[in-house]
Amino acid sequence: MSDSGTYLYAVASESVPVGAPGVAGTPVRTITRGGLVAYVSTVPLAEFGEEPLRHSLEDLDWLAETARAHHGVVDEVSRVPVAPVRLVTVYADDDQVAELLDRRGEEFLEVLSHVAGRREWGVKAYARQTPDPAESPMTGGDPGKPGTSYLRRRRESLRGREQARRLALARAEQIHATLSSEAVASCRHRAQDPHLSGREERMLLNGAYLVDEGRDEEFAALVGSLGGDGVDLRLTGPWAPYSFTVLEAG
Amino acid sequence: MRRDVLSDDRLPAKRVALVDLLDRLLAGGVVVTGDLVLTIADVDLVRISLRALIASVDDSFGGPYDT
Repeated sequence: MSDSGTYLYAVASESVPVGAPGVAGTPVRTITRGGLVAYVSTVPLAEFGEEPLRHSLEDLDWLAETARAHHGVVDEVSRVPVAPVRLVTVYADDDQVAELLDRRGEEFLEVLSHVAGRREWGVKAYARQTPDPAESPMTGGDPGKPGTSYLRRRRESLRGREQARRLALARAEQIHATLSSEAVASCRHRAQDPHLSGREERMLLNGAYLVDEGRDEEFAALVGSLGGDGVDLRLTGPWAPYSFTVLEAG
Repeated sequence: MRRDVLSDDRLPAKRVALVDLLDRLLAGGVVVTGDLVLTIADVDLVRISLRALIASVDDSFGGPYDT
């Protein structure tokens, strides 16, 4: 039983030099097979074996470092059409990776031709915080019955908030539909938890859009035109086409 | 090579927000199964542990999460 494994980052149909170090500081190399190039590195199973990974994946620093290293490699390879592989995919040895390229070659080529000349953009929409009228100092109402008017204001406020929530969600749907119509493909990721996003505002949309390279600026301009009116939009990218290479290769 | 002229979040690879990266690295990409030693099959498990972890290390969270 070997004490090292082969960590797979991405598959492309061209070979490009990768200067970035791989996960755990390991050098990145390639395995070429029938027109496909796999980007890999040799990792110690003491760190990337099943049991150690169970613990490491719950270590935020380890996860951050590994995710960034993985992304660093994919990002360099993304100078050419690339199919990134999901984080932490470890094979027993190089032969298994070569075999994967043999067995699933056609599917990889299909995915690569779908993303060629296109880039992924992320668009996040946040509902801007509005002050809660029930929290503001009393104005109007019946001065003789402060309790009653408080309750009334409270009820109105709840109704108002529910309505605002529904409007905001409908708006997000509309934004996603508009952006999707300008993209070759689109998908929605789960809204980020405010703890993870570091923003207090509620996330209404966490979308990903595959856009032809020549249309980047039009797409960005469209994003710019859709914000405002209680909704903040944030554009991220360009990304390697992570969200559009979801391929279940058995 | 890159034309990072368009977005507010445009950042070099090292400063990309971890949370945006994890959305893609844990939910996207090619998933291969078979003879391999390991792959993250259950994304939800990772997310749940992440959330629990964040709740417990709330103070240090500015670190890895560039926002």
